[in-house]
Amino acid sequence: MSDFAVEALSVVRTFRDGEVRALDGVTLHVPRGEVFGLLGPNGSGKTTMIRILSTILKPTSGTATVNGVDVVKHPDAVRRSIGLAGQYATVDENLTGYENLRMIGLLNHLDKSFVVQRCHELLEQFGLTDAANRTTKTYSGGMRRRLDLGAALVANPPLLFLDEPTTGLDPQSRQDMWGTIEGLVEGGTTVLLTTQYLEEADRLAKQLVVLDHGRIIAEGTSQELKTRLGSTVLSITFTSTDDARRGREIIADLSPKDAIIEGTVVDLTVDRGPALAAEALRRLDSAGITLAGLSLREPSLDDVFLNLTGHKAEDETILVTEESPTGRRGRKART
Amino acid sequence: MSIIAATPKSSKSSLRWAISDVLTIARRNLLALVRIPTSLVFAVIQPVMFVLLFRFIFGNVIQVPGGVYVNFLIPGILVQTTIFGALGTTIGLAEDLQRGLIERFRALPMARMAVLTGRTVADFVRNIGVVIIITFVGMAVDFRPSGSFVSYIQACLLMLIFAYCLSWGFAFVGLAAPNSETAQAMAFPVIFPLTFASSIFVPVAKLPGWLQPFAINQPVSQCADAVRGLMLGTPHGASTWITLAWAIGAIAVLAPLATAQYRKVA
Repeated sequence: MSDFAVEALSVVRTFRDGEVRALDGVTLHVPRGEVFGLLGPNGSGKTTMIRILSTILKPTSGTATVNGVDVVKHPDAVRRSIGLAGQYATVDENLTGYENLRMIGLLNHLDKSFVVQRCHELLEQFGLTDAANRTTKTYSGGMRRRLDLGAALVANPPLLFLDEPTTGLDPQSRQDMWGTIEGLVEGGTTVLLTTQYLEEADRLAKQLVVLDHGRIIAEGTSQELKTRLGSTVLSITFTSTDDARRGREIIADLSPKDAIIEGTVVDLTVDRGPALAAEALRRLDSAGITLAGLSLREPSLDDVFLNLTGHKAEDETILVTEESPTGRRGRKART
Repeated sequence: MSIIAATPKSSKSSLRWAISDVLTIARRNLLALVRIPTSLVFAVIQPVMFVLLFRFIFGNVIQVPGGVYVNFLIPGILVQTTIFGALGTTIGLAEDLQRGLIERFRALPMARMAVLTGRTVADFVRNIGVVIIITFVGMAVDFRPSGSFVSYIQACLLMLIFAYCLSWGFAFVGLAAPNSETAQAMAFPVIFPLTFASSIFVPVAKLPGWLQPFAINQPVSQCADAVRGLMLGTPHGASTWITLAWAIGAIAVLAPLATAQYRKVA
């Protein structure tokens, strides 16, 4: 058996007869027993990767194995060893929470009495026991997401794919979801997670790759990436674009990274935020430049992208309808 | 720690699992039917309204051979209702696709054909219920089938099989449409001429001359003629066999078409 839970080699997936390259030669090695993060904006190819690894979609070229099994040659064997949950929380609205889990258990070809016991266990674990006999139409977004995750866990799969598990959740539900994921990994599950949030990747993933336009633009542990990216963003707002240009010259040497200018705002990624902020203020003050604002913040995905690619993490809405071969359905971007 | 699902080893056990999957999906669809009030209205109240409408409002002006319109009407309404039931397949599949449920099913080790078969089987079961209800409603408004009980059952089976075979075409529509509203809009232009330009509500001889060649030969008229003949104990020529031939022909073409579309979209 392979040492990796997931091994993908040069996976390419095109849509619209090759016009759109959702994945453009992605190679992944996901070690067992930890959280591996796929970080990227909408349209970067995250969901396409998950769909290929979960056998929903075939790669145009390249190979992928999941738990040592080829996803194209033996999709059924792959399906028996994975769970899939995501931001779209695909639960059946007309069934109760219990019925949803039971259905997924039976479709996983598990023993009936085991399914019943497992359903109750999961409902309990996700705090849904009281809502077990209500149709999921009445569930809140967070409850649906928990049920969706429960459904992915019915068969106790060794590998779990989580596609943007916290997108659209409120802060408390997000914290809860993170705790749950950490608990699963402690229990030995491997998790491949996609996210748009740097904070989430940082908190959960031991290793991560950053995707942009279907290509890997950076990979490593989150610590490595953070060191590369600097840990703080110093963001200064000037009163005019002229001032911004002048100010940028003056503070540019405070960081080895490029200072990025957008309108009247200059962003600089720095390592020692407070000390450098004070220094920047002194220099700008003695140059007689008045500021409209100054802030220090954690780098966002946008900052990562600016640093790695020089462009912003655009929302590739163009890919919305190209995700499936027939260009159908009002689905949200799922790439 | 990991409990991996049982692996079907022999072909016998994989067939057993396929049947189990079809039943699981069918059960899920039937539960939805009971829980969505509008779909119950669609399934039961609408055909009852049709019975009352034609029996008491249009019925008095429609002349039929043999004289009693309600006896002509109810077999027709039954055929119409079972065919309309296929719209459930169209809408249900379009919704499942839209909500991403089909995608979840595709990542499960379940039988591939179970999603479509489970859907059509659920609508078959629903049709059985609807046929029983409409039979009793018909009797309450003086429907008196003069054929034998056995041939009544034969008539019911014939139209249920016919509607089941056609429903694969409606499954295709559900999978080909961008959403459930469009799916309905796409299905109606097919379902209306088939059911109304037929012998369901009036004898074909009462239809305009230019429409008659279509109306006489199209499959729904053949089915209505056969069902009516069996229920009323009147001669109906080869219509039973023609209906069965249409049914087999329809499923032979439509089932692979729907399956191919399912592979393509999900």
